[in-house]
Amino acid sequence: MVEPVLRVENVRRLFDVSKPWLERVIAREKPQFLRAVDEVSFEIRPGETFALVGESGSGKSTVAKMVVGLLPPSEGAVHFSASMGGARVRPGAIQMIFQDPYASLNPRWRIRDIIAEPMEALNHPADPAARAARVADLLTLVGLSPLDGEKYPHQFSGGQRQRVAIARALSSEPQFLVCDEPTSALDVSVQAQILNLMRDLQERLGLTYLFISHNLAVVRHMAHRIGVMYLGRLVEVQETEALFAAPRHPYTRLLIDAVPDLEQIGRDRVPVQGEVPSPINPPSGCTFHPRCPLAMEICMREVPGFDGSVACHAAKGQAMASSPPLS
Amino acid sequence: MATGDTAMEPVLSVRNLSLEFVTRRGVLRALNEISFDIARGEVLGVVGESGAGKSLTGTAIIGLIDKPGRLSGGEIWLKGQRIDNIGHDGLRKIRGRRIGMIFQDPLTSLNPLFRVGDQIAETVLTHMPVSKAEARARALALLTEVGIPAPESRIDAYPHEFSGGMRQRVVIALALAAEPDLIIADEPTTALDVSVQAQIITLLKRLCRTRGTSVMLITHDMGVIAETADRVAVMYAGRIVEIGPVADVIRQPKHPYATGLMGAIPALGAKVQRLTQISGAMPRLNAIPAGCAFRPRCTEAIGKCAEAVPPLVPVGATSARCWLHEAQVERSASHG
Repeated sequence: MVEPVLRVENVRRLFDVSKPWLERVIAREKPQFLRAVDEVSFEIRPGETFALVGESGSGKSTVAKMVVGLLPPSEGAVHFSASMGGARVRPGAIQMIFQDPYASLNPRWRIRDIIAEPMEALNHPADPAARAARVADLLTLVGLSPLDGEKYPHQFSGGQRQRVAIARALSSEPQFLVCDEPTSALDVSVQAQILNLMRDLQERLGLTYLFISHNLAVVRHMAHRIGVMYLGRLVEVQETEALFAAPRHPYTRLLIDAVPDLEQIGRDRVPVQGEVPSPINPPSGCTFHPRCPLAMEICMREVPGFDGSVACHAAKGQAMASSPPLS
Repeated sequence: MATGDTAMEPVLSVRNLSLEFVTRRGVLRALNEISFDIARGEVLGVVGESGAGKSLTGTAIIGLIDKPGRLSGGEIWLKGQRIDNIGHDGLRKIRGRRIGMIFQDPLTSLNPLFRVGDQIAETVLTHMPVSKAEARARALALLTEVGIPAPESRIDAYPHEFSGGMRQRVVIALALAAEPDLIIADEPTTALDVSVQAQIITLLKRLCRTRGTSVMLITHDMGVIAETADRVAVMYAGRIVEIGPVADVIRQPKHPYATGLMGAIPALGAKVQRLTQISGAMPRLNAIPAGCAFRPRCTEAIGKCAEAVPPLVPVGATSARCWLHEAQVERSASHG
C-alpha cells in the first residue's frame, strides 16, 4: 500500500454568521454558525487525480482552502505524507490554480516576473540566470513561447493566461496541485486545451491533483477517484468508472441524471424537485432527505455515517440486502 | 415556403443581418450576414464561444443595440411584419408583447422593489386589454403554471425572497405573460446549478410545446441545446458557420469548427483518452483574418480559405460555411 500524499481526517469548518454583538444581545439571540464543511475525510494517493464535485454551497472550495492552509479547520486535521515534508510541508510543494485567470495574474507584472515569483520567494534556484532559464523552460512546457515572458497578462487570451497560471504553479516544483474550477471560466475549445495540458503534465511530472469542479463531465474526464459533496458533507467516494456505472448515493444519481449530455438528443425527463437548502439551517438527519426519492423514516432522525464509500441509510440497506447470505 | 402559405410562414425570419460598431479605431463588424428562420413551436439553439455574436443576434432582434452599435444591413421579419426599421416606439409594442425575453441573471431582470405578482400583472396590463383584477388573476395562474409552490402567498413576495431557480421561474412567467409568439432565452440556465437547470429546461420545453411558442435559445452549453433544441446554429466570429437539425449537427458536423467543438466537449457517456483540441482562440473583432475566419485554427485549411469567405451551402442535412464542401457550392451555384 502506497502512503497517501494527503490524508484529510474528519475536518469541519464553521463560519460565524451571527448578527453584530449588540444587536444580538438586544434581540436575545444566540450566535449562529454556518457549517460549511462537516466531518469530511478522504485520502489522495500519489500521482492520482481526486475530484470533489457538488453544487454551489456544497463546501468543495472550503475543503480546498483547508487543504492548502488558507483556512484552518475548526476541527479535524489535514496530514501530508513524509515525501511532502510531513508536519512541516516543504515550501512550494503545494500550489493552487484558480478559476479566474483574469483575477489571479497581476496586471502590472510581466509574465516572466509572475512565473519567477515563487522561485524568488523560495530563493530556489538562487542564481537569477538559472531562474530565467527555468522561466523559459516552463513557458515551453505549458505550450507558450519563451518570448512571451516579456508580455503583460492583458496581451493574452483567457486560455493562455490559464497556461501562465499553471507555469507559475509549477515553478516551485510542487508535487501536489489544488485546482479550484480551473476551466470554468473558459470556452469549451480552450477548456479542452487546458484539460489535455493538465493530463500531460501529470504524466510527465508525476503530479497529484485535487481537482474541484461543478462539471461532472469534466470531472469524469480528469479524475481517477471522485468525492461527491452535498451541503458540506461527503456523501459518496468512488473510483470514477464505478461512480458513473453504479452510483450508490441517490444524490449522485440525481447529479448524473441532471447533466445535459450530447448523447441525450431531445430527451424528456422528470427532474428531481427542490433546490439545495440553506446551509445555515440544514434539514435534520440526512440533509438530502427532503429531496430524496428513497427517504425513509430514519433519514429524518439520524445522520448517516460514512462507510468509506457512501453516506446513506438506503444504500447501506441495499448493500446488506443484495450481499450473499453467509453460509 | 415558396408557396407563401401562412401556416408555413416562419415566426421569425432573419435575412442577411449585419451589425457593426463604429469606434475611433474603425468599424468593427460584430455580425455578418446572419440568416435563419424559426418556425412556429420550434426551438432554435444558437451556440458559440464568447464573442461569437450569439447574444448580439438576440439583442439585435429585439432592437436593444446601444450606440455605437448599428444594424448595417439585412432584415428582420416577425410573422410577416418587418421589425428592424419600425423605430423605438414600434419596438416597444413588440417587446414583451410578441417577443418575450429571458436573460441569464434573474436578479437583474426583476425589479427588487416590486412584488413579483405586481411585476407580472404590470406586463399583462401594458399589453392586454384586461382589468387590474384580471391581470392579477393571470399573474397567479402564470406563477402556478411555472411551478412556484404556494403561489397564493408567494405572489406578494419580493424577488430577494426567492431562490435562484424560483426567480428564473418568475422570469419565465414574466416572459410568457402576454402570450408572445417568440421567446428569446439568452443563457437562461447558466447561473443555475445542474439539478435546478434540469428543472428549468424541462419547464421551458413543456410551456413552449403546449403553447406553440417558438424559442431562440442562446447558450454556450451544447448539452442544453442537445436536449432542448430542434435545430441549432453554430456561430463563429460573427457568422453562422453551420445550421441544421440538432441530431445531425451533433453527430455529423460538417464544418471543421463544429467538428472540433463537438470533440472538445467532455462526455458523460464514454471516457476518451484525449479531448479533441482546437489550437488557438477565436480572433478579436479587430483582427478577423481575411477569407474564412476559422482558417488560422483549421487543420484542413486549403489555399482558397485565405482568399474568400465561403458561402453557407447545404451539405447533407445541414448547411455549412466551408470551402471543403466546394462541390456542393458549385452545384448550388449552377442551380441558382
